[in-house]
Amino acid sequence: MKETLLKIKTEAIAALAQDGADIEALRIKYLGKKGELTAVLRGMGKLSAEERPVIGQLANDIRAEIEAEIEKQSVAMKSAALDAKLKAEKLDVTIPGEKIHVGKPHPLAMVQRQLEEIFLGMGYSIAEGPEVEYDYYNFQALNIPPDHPARDTQDTFYITENILLRSQTSPVQARVMEQQKPPIKIISPGRVYRSDAVDATHSPLFHQCEGLVVDKGITMGDLKGTLEMFAQTMFGADTRIRFRPHHFPFTEPSAEVDVSCFACGGKGCRLCKGEGWIEILGAGMVHPNVLRMCGIDPEVYSGFAFGLGIERIVMLKYHIDDMRHLYENDIRFLQQF
Amino acid sequence: MQLSMKWLADYTDVSDISIKDYCDKITMTGSKVETFEVLAEDITKVVVGKILSVVPHSNSDHLVICQVDIGAGEPVQIVTGASNVFAGAVVPVATDGSTLPGGVKIKKGKLRGEVSCGMLCSIGELGLTTHDMPGAIEDGILILNDVGMADAPIGKDIREVLELSDTAVEFEITSNRPDCLSVIGLARETAVSFGKELKLTAPAKPAVLNDGETIDKYLSVDVLNAELCTRYSARVVKNVKIAPSPLWLRMRLRASGVRPINNIVDITNYVMLEYGQPMHAFDYKCLDGSHIIVRNAAQGEKFISLDNEEHTLDAASLVIADEKKAVALAGVMGGLNSEITDDTVTVVFESAMFHPGNVRVTAKNQGMRTESSSRFEKGLDCENTMPALDRACELVALLGAGEIVDGTIDVYPAKKVPFTMPLEAEKINEFLGVDLTREYMADIFRALDFGVSEDNMTLTVPTYRDDVRCMNDLAEEVLRIYGYDKITSTLSSKATPTNGARTERQSFDMNLHDMLCGMGLDEIETFSFISPSWYSRIRLAEDDARRTSVVISNPLGEDTSVMRTTILPSILKVLADNAAVKNKEVALFEMGKVYLPAADAELPEEPGHLSIGFYAGDDKKGEGFYRMKGILEAILYIAGIEEADFTACTDALTFHPGRCAVLSKGDTKLAVFGQIHPEVAENYNFNVPVYVCELDMEALYAARRLMMDYKPLPKHPALERDFSFVCSEETPAGIISKEIKEIGGKVVESAELFDIYRGPQIGENKKSVSYAVQLRADDHTMTDEEADATVKKILAGLADKHGITLRQ
Repeated sequence: MKETLLKIKTEAIAALAQDGADIEALRIKYLGKKGELTAVLRGMGKLSAEERPVIGQLANDIRAEIEAEIEKQSVAMKSAALDAKLKAEKLDVTIPGEKIHVGKPHPLAMVQRQLEEIFLGMGYSIAEGPEVEYDYYNFQALNIPPDHPARDTQDTFYITENILLRSQTSPVQARVMEQQKPPIKIISPGRVYRSDAVDATHSPLFHQCEGLVVDKGITMGDLKGTLEMFAQTMFGADTRIRFRPHHFPFTEPSAEVDVSCFACGGKGCRLCKGEGWIEILGAGMVHPNVLRMCGIDPEVYSGFAFGLGIERIVMLKYHIDDMRHLYENDIRFLQQF
Repeated sequence: MQLSMKWLADYTDVSDISIKDYCDKITMTGSKVETFEVLAEDITKVVVGKILSVVPHSNSDHLVICQVDIGAGEPVQIVTGASNVFAGAVVPVATDGSTLPGGVKIKKGKLRGEVSCGMLCSIGELGLTTHDMPGAIEDGILILNDVGMADAPIGKDIREVLELSDTAVEFEITSNRPDCLSVIGLARETAVSFGKELKLTAPAKPAVLNDGETIDKYLSVDVLNAELCTRYSARVVKNVKIAPSPLWLRMRLRASGVRPINNIVDITNYVMLEYGQPMHAFDYKCLDGSHIIVRNAAQGEKFISLDNEEHTLDAASLVIADEKKAVALAGVMGGLNSEITDDTVTVVFESAMFHPGNVRVTAKNQGMRTESSSRFEKGLDCENTMPALDRACELVALLGAGEIVDGTIDVYPAKKVPFTMPLEAEKINEFLGVDLTREYMADIFRALDFGVSEDNMTLTVPTYRDDVRCMNDLAEEVLRIYGYDKITSTLSSKATPTNGARTERQSFDMNLHDMLCGMGLDEIETFSFISPSWYSRIRLAEDDARRTSVVISNPLGEDTSVMRTTILPSILKVLADNAAVKNKEVALFEMGKVYLPAADAELPEEPGHLSIGFYAGDDKKGEGFYRMKGILEAILYIAGIEEADFTACTDALTFHPGRCAVLSKGDTKLAVFGQIHPEVAENYNFNVPVYVCELDMEALYAARRLMMDYKPLPKHPALERDFSFVCSEETPAGIISKEIKEIGGKVVESAELFDIYRGPQIGENKKSVSYAVQLRADDHTMTDEEADATVKKILAGLADKHGITLRQ
């Protein structure tokens, strides 16, 4: 009987080791209820009392061995099958992905958003005002009476004698100051209009962003600090700014503000025309006449205002040499940003 | 303002400063330099020569061979084609290796076999005109003998001889500083900026003839409008000898960008440039009578200006007139009828002050902005008319241009009172965020010619500085001299904290904007003004309210003359432009304003509109329409708007009547969209199907879901039943899902269309539409029996109301 058992073991292990062996069939053949090992065990009753435990032990050992072999072979086969499946499913990763077309925001909108984020983070709100505006808010409330020579530099589109297309975003300043008591801290981006024929650097419609802060104790140092923070966020942490004296009727003192060239860092290059500086902003302390006209006491409050052209920043940032691209909206242009 | 640095040197010495440093520094103190030009820089190795002999060229009938002494030992041979050369002529010689304006290089060469060691120069070749060099001719060599320079030293650099060397600095002077539109004004700024001495001297009182004649014999002046002419000063010069001005004066004018004319006219220009006070000279003999009247023009009065242009004046304009006619348009330009000519013998010099706004309007209306008007319109100094007049007389004497008649006319009824104000040093420090002493500030004001009280507490503002009236103005004066760059940056540490946040509407628009990009639409920006003809391009009816636009009274052109009431023509134009360059699969949106004239307000309404447009490739089944509808449904989803209606629209003329719909919420129309009408497509030259939409952002925002209550997730499972219905081709599919929900009641969670089929089995003019219906009870697990009962109800209802049956 012992020989029979050992033979079964040898046969079973050899069968399991064969390539493509049907493991489940072999399990049934050797270990199943009607299997060969069971059949041998059934004959145990004929054995002597001495032999029975010895053979029983041997049978159990052999069963365990075959079971272990089955387990081993079955794991190996599963793994081989999986390998084969994975191999068969291999893809060409260089084939292009499924086309998901995503649209792009207009570059003007992108830069405007960036400006908004910078100033929102500094505690500014975004104020809006009409584009078809009263002469009063566009000029008079900003200390530019009729016949003021400053009107010449802003060739204005008129609707009627006292209604025009705003030539700057500054009228929003006056409207906000009329409606709101200090503290005031706003920016106001939007479209403005000037009677300039379209060419590479001019457009009768362009975008400005205005800023205004009015509170007690606002200083020109605050203006400089604010614009410095803006410039460093917009153009990079190493950016420096420079104030140059200038004149605007609605601010005093006034300044034109340059930033160190973000292409060359100030050494002088093609972008900054060798100057190392790029003019980017107009700014100043709100003129007391403007505060007074809007019902704010200049003896109590002071403030600063600034304004910049969004097209100019877009063009500088992306080295766009022709402003017309921005309004022609060729998707080959728009999709670059 | 173009400044001659040689002229500036009369008043302050900056010879130790490089021109680059000068321009940089003076810009930083407030006088912005646009550019500078070193004059005659490109004229090199051109010297004075004397022609010793002229012989004909043997190989040419128009060339001659000159032997020229250029002060370098042996004479040089130069071949020229000019016919005005002669032995003994003193001429400019461009020697071998010389350069001339315009990048011209002169080299030794051969002309028809004869060696030529350079070139004899005409005035044009030296960059000059006959105005700069009266007596010279244009088409020949400059003969220095003809211009009074026969004794010019041979061999000397022509730039020195003709006084061409100078540096012209172009300033951009801001409108608040008309005093800086003058050599003296800029000299003052220069002196303060560089800590130099300002050498100002009053003009010498002119010597007059003691022949008993006084100005009263010649002239009386009446100012009828003292508001528009606050001062009128005049002098008379007799025995005038009109001649060219001397070289130094001509060259100063030239360096300042002004064309020399003759001694009297040049004097008025010279004084204007030097003192900033425009002057006018007119011929006394052309006056009818001896009475000058400063009056308003008669409405429609004709006037011919010096440049021979006829003007029709209005009654608001101010003229200088004699008893019969206007002789000058005040502050703008003189009249042709009293121009200084070669036979002028008596001259009236006018130095007056006119109202800035009035001069500006007159100059603008008459389309002649002059050096004079552009100064007057900024507001000049009343106190400057007499010094300017004295200077003019001083120059007359210096030039020997005439004899000054004794006496001055000076109509100046309201003498200007100097403005005084306190120097609030503490306030200025606080305002600027600096810490400067009162003494430091007072010194700045002294240097700027302000009167400063002994205790440094009070300032008297110079009469030419009307721009200084309040503390801010003083702060700017201090700061620009102290240095804008010395301000320390701070961050409003004392200010009240504020919250920076977008408004709900701003966030709504921003989120929608981002979503539209995410849906594959590229954003565009188009002009707010369009051509009124564009309304016809999109087939708006003649009586369509959108044809009423805000009209620009002074547009650049017809195509940008009205403010748009719809974005559709703009987006169609952009689509067409993209199609024209064969861009494929273009899908765009613009979120912008439209401008709608308001019935009860002066300013129009400016609602936000969203326009979407794309062109579709394959569009056999109107896929483009459903793509657009899908976009709108996504917009509704984001805005949280439920139960909006899409209704077929056949009367929007821009659109294909069978492929257009209106989106509305209740009674409010939110959008109209669809395929554009074939005629519109033709108007834009499209050969692909185009779909557009215009959505009212105000209405969309108003219809948005305001508050969102969380809905608990269902606790009980749903049952799903699919149906295929057969209905008439005319039955809109939308009705079925609506009816299923209505008839089924609240247990119908959703009814989604998933297929439409047409085929012979279904029958002609019929279609099969398939729906997946989801049923669910809130409070228990729905049983099949319950579901069957609901389905039975739905089927019966559909059959009854619409004759819709289940497909067999």
